[in-house]
Amino acid sequence: MTDPVDHLELDCRGLLCPRPIIELAKAIVDVAVGGTVAVVADDPAARVDVQAWCRMRGQEYAGSQVTAAGVPTYLVRRVN
Amino acid sequence: MSQAPAVYLDHASGQPLHPAAREVLEQATGRAYADPRRLHRPAREARLLLDNARAVVAECLGVRPDEVTFTPSGTHAVHLGVLGLLAGRARQGNLLLASSVEHSAVLHAGAWHAARSGRFETVPVDRHGRVSPAAVTAAVARHGEPAVVAVQAANHEVGVLQPVNEVAALVEVPVFVDACASAGRLPLPSGWAAAAASAHKWGGPAGVGVLLVRRSARWRNPFPGDERADERTIGFENVPGALAAAAALRASIEEHDRAPHKLAEVHTSLTSLLADAVESIPDTEVFLAPDGRLPHIVAFSCLYVDGEALVTELDRLGFAVASGSACTASSLEPSHVLTAMGALTHGNVRVSLGRDTLPAHVHRLAEVLPDVVERLRAETGVPR
Repeated sequence: MTDPVDHLELDCRGLLCPRPIIELAKAIVDVAVGGTVAVVADDPAARVDVQAWCRMRGQEYAGSQVTAAGVPTYLVRRVN
Repeated sequence: MSQAPAVYLDHASGQPLHPAAREVLEQATGRAYADPRRLHRPAREARLLLDNARAVVAECLGVRPDEVTFTPSGTHAVHLGVLGLLAGRARQGNLLLASSVEHSAVLHAGAWHAARSGRFETVPVDRHGRVSPAAVTAAVARHGEPAVVAVQAANHEVGVLQPVNEVAALVEVPVFVDACASAGRLPLPSGWAAAAASAHKWGGPAGVGVLLVRRSARWRNPFPGDERADERTIGFENVPGALAAAAALRASIEEHDRAPHKLAEVHTSLTSLLADAVESIPDTEVFLAPDGRLPHIVAFSCLYVDGEALVTELDRLGFAVASGSACTASSLEPSHVLTAMGALTHGNVRVSLGRDTLPAHVHRLAEVLPDVVERLRAETGVPR
């Protein structure tokens, strides 16, 4: 087991839901509490489902931005 | 290998033909073939039967017979209702305001209106999918006074009832009500100017919609129109279909409200039981609105599970259910209803019961669901 990191970026371009959410759930344990995971995902369902996942799993949704290439990126902060 | 007959739990998409409708359809097909506008005896017979169907539907829905129009589909009734009210208000304004969880038939009518220089805006809903009178007030403040407001009686995907009476009392403009999901099961709300329903959702035949327009409403045909017995609709009247729809509606209303086995109560208890079973599965969301819901629908979403895989696996086990997940739709867009609710859109299932649903069917589904979800999740590699 590697030491937790402060930030991870997941390239989920081309993946359809629920795959980006599955990748998010796998990656969250690799960041420290207080750290963040950025989910880069072009599936329109990810916009809703990342936030729903945060609500259901008690993590913090920290907003979205768009990459230089125009792909939405959703930021999740680990709080537990 | 022979398969067990499917347990059909997708009644919200379409009901099997009610036995009462089947009988009427067979009898009427032989009798009601003539053009009801003609003057000869077969035509008068067809006209009489069409008027009978109209009278029965009017009585069942608590409206006047001259407020009832049979249309070629529920979708067409929705389009006529929404766009006809807008046409009647063209001089007052062109803004259509609709809840964001309306059936796609309403949203398509809104888009069509917007493409013809009209305006179309939606009102957000809460987590249960319910539009609040306060949200309507806020939308009016933001977008201006609407010409027409569209609010469904009940949502077709999650079953939440909408506060149509309150919204209608609030806005003081004509309200269109899509009652396709609830008609035949629950009484119509009040306060609307036009409404639509669909016969195959209450056990009538496909291809019969019902448009209701209040006598006091200003409605103008938004389409080219026709010269039929009823000027609001188009095409040769489907008299056998209308009669069968009327018979099924009367039977459905009786069954939902007749003691001691009121179907509405039986369905409420069975969908609650299924909801409890799903609640016990970790990482699931059940959409069972408090304070008013359709008795026969329960929907839920399961984290990490592919909606298509879930529907396919349940089908393999003999259960026919629907899903609002993107992977089960014709587009990549997830359900606009779940999206508007901020709900999980993947791993979604809608179970909807009908008059032939046995308690044992629902109990069996409640038994197998936890294992099915667990099995599909095990393949994902998500740490448990």
